[in-house]
Amino acid sequence: MDAAVVQTVRAPSAYLLHLADNALVLGQRNAQWCGHGPILEEDLAQANISLDLIGQARLLYALVASRAGDGSTEDDYAYFRDATAFGNYTLLELPQYGPLVGHAHADMDYAITITRNFLYSALMAPLWQQLAQCADADLAAIAAKSLKETTYHLRHSRDWLVKLGDGTETSHARMQAALNHLWPYTREFWTETALEQQLQAAGVSLNWHDLAEDFQALVDEGLAQSTLRLPVQEPGYTSQGKQGIHSEHLTYLLTDLQSVARAHPGAQW
Amino acid sequence: MSIADIRMSPAEAALHSSAAGASEGVSAGAGGSDEMRARIWTLLEQVSDPEIPVISLLDLGVVRELRWSGATWQVVITPTYSGCPAMTQMADDIVAVLAGAHLPVEVLTQLAPAWSTDWISPQGRQKLHAYGIAPPAALPAQPAGARVLRFMPRQEAAPAVACPRCGSQETVETSHFGSTACKALYRCLSCREPFDYFKPY
Repeated sequence: MDAAVVQTVRAPSAYLLHLADNALVLGQRNAQWCGHGPILEEDLAQANISLDLIGQARLLYALVASRAGDGSTEDDYAYFRDATAFGNYTLLELPQYGPLVGHAHADMDYAITITRNFLYSALMAPLWQQLAQCADADLAAIAAKSLKETTYHLRHSRDWLVKLGDGTETSHARMQAALNHLWPYTREFWTETALEQQLQAAGVSLNWHDLAEDFQALVDEGLAQSTLRLPVQEPGYTSQGKQGIHSEHLTYLLTDLQSVARAHPGAQW
Repeated sequence: MSIADIRMSPAEAALHSSAAGASEGVSAGAGGSDEMRARIWTLLEQVSDPEIPVISLLDLGVVRELRWSGATWQVVITPTYSGCPAMTQMADDIVAVLAGAHLPVEVLTQLAPAWSTDWISPQGRQKLHAYGIAPPAALPAQPAGARVLRFMPRQEAAPAVACPRCGSQETVETSHFGSTACKALYRCLSCREPFDYFKPY
């Protein structure tokens, strides 16, 4: 059989880790709502979304581990890397508190959660769709699976975006504030770094023009129905999470996530 | 070495899946007789979904293939949702049933093609309905390579979901997510009962 020649194109590990870290970090972030959701249904929704995201992260970490061929496992990547080794977008590690609530660790604003999930899903739905057609067969399989989940997440966050954005004066103001706060971080999606160049060189070519167009169309459509407006994009700092340069928030999040595994390395239960 | 030791975790096994399609042609090989194969299918019919016990893994469309590797029976399953915690339980249950019948078995996970609710068998759909879970609507056909925007229309026409108790089409979605990854919550406006809906996926 010609199984040997099937696997020729491989996306670089750094890119797979970037995708995995995105999913893991947002999954962990949203899981903070577990037991604290504004209503029971939304508590369940965030837990379910986290389950999907962490599942996607596992598939990707396991793929990287098997390709590394050094005996590492998915756990090594999730639990034993420091913040600077993580390649997630900065947007995804930001805390659940926004500009309109307090800044204590326990303060959480659902407007931030919904707006961030919406922006991330609007990026990932067209991105997974492109990756599902890519030349790396393993990545394409994971992408096709993730696309189904992401499309459903997009529907969930978009529904709430409309409900809250086009809701009361208070809910509208909170959603607009959340959008103003988070939108500048989406600039990072479009900066070209070594990551994108390596991906291209490895033979996994993405159409960034279509991706940006699809993302913008999904965002514009959701915002129009929500009566929310994009903030005026001012020149300023562009976050660099995908290059390992993070906000201070990621370290706290990872400490929480990794503490048990690091306290008992190699433990089995 | 126990039989369970040779089983890979679903995430590990998923990585070996891409070559699976290529080996389909040789699966009917020597040691696995058709008689044995039929017996194993019968055994697999007894393995039910850990979270929806009325439906078997075969009805659910999770078991994709049964192969004889020359030394073991390989049961190829495909995950429903990436993070569904029931997947490892399903693999364990398959191993337990076949190992109980003294058959060498390993469970492999295959990601592509991705599982779809369209793979739930007609009997499976009936069993779900009888259990009080509305079976999923058929997925709309998607042209290959379509851009995502085309299947995310501005106003999604939600399919009418019939109440599994009274059959009324007057139902509303109360929550996108329910008690398990595969379900959403609905409420019937005629009989006023809440019910689970198996999400089309």
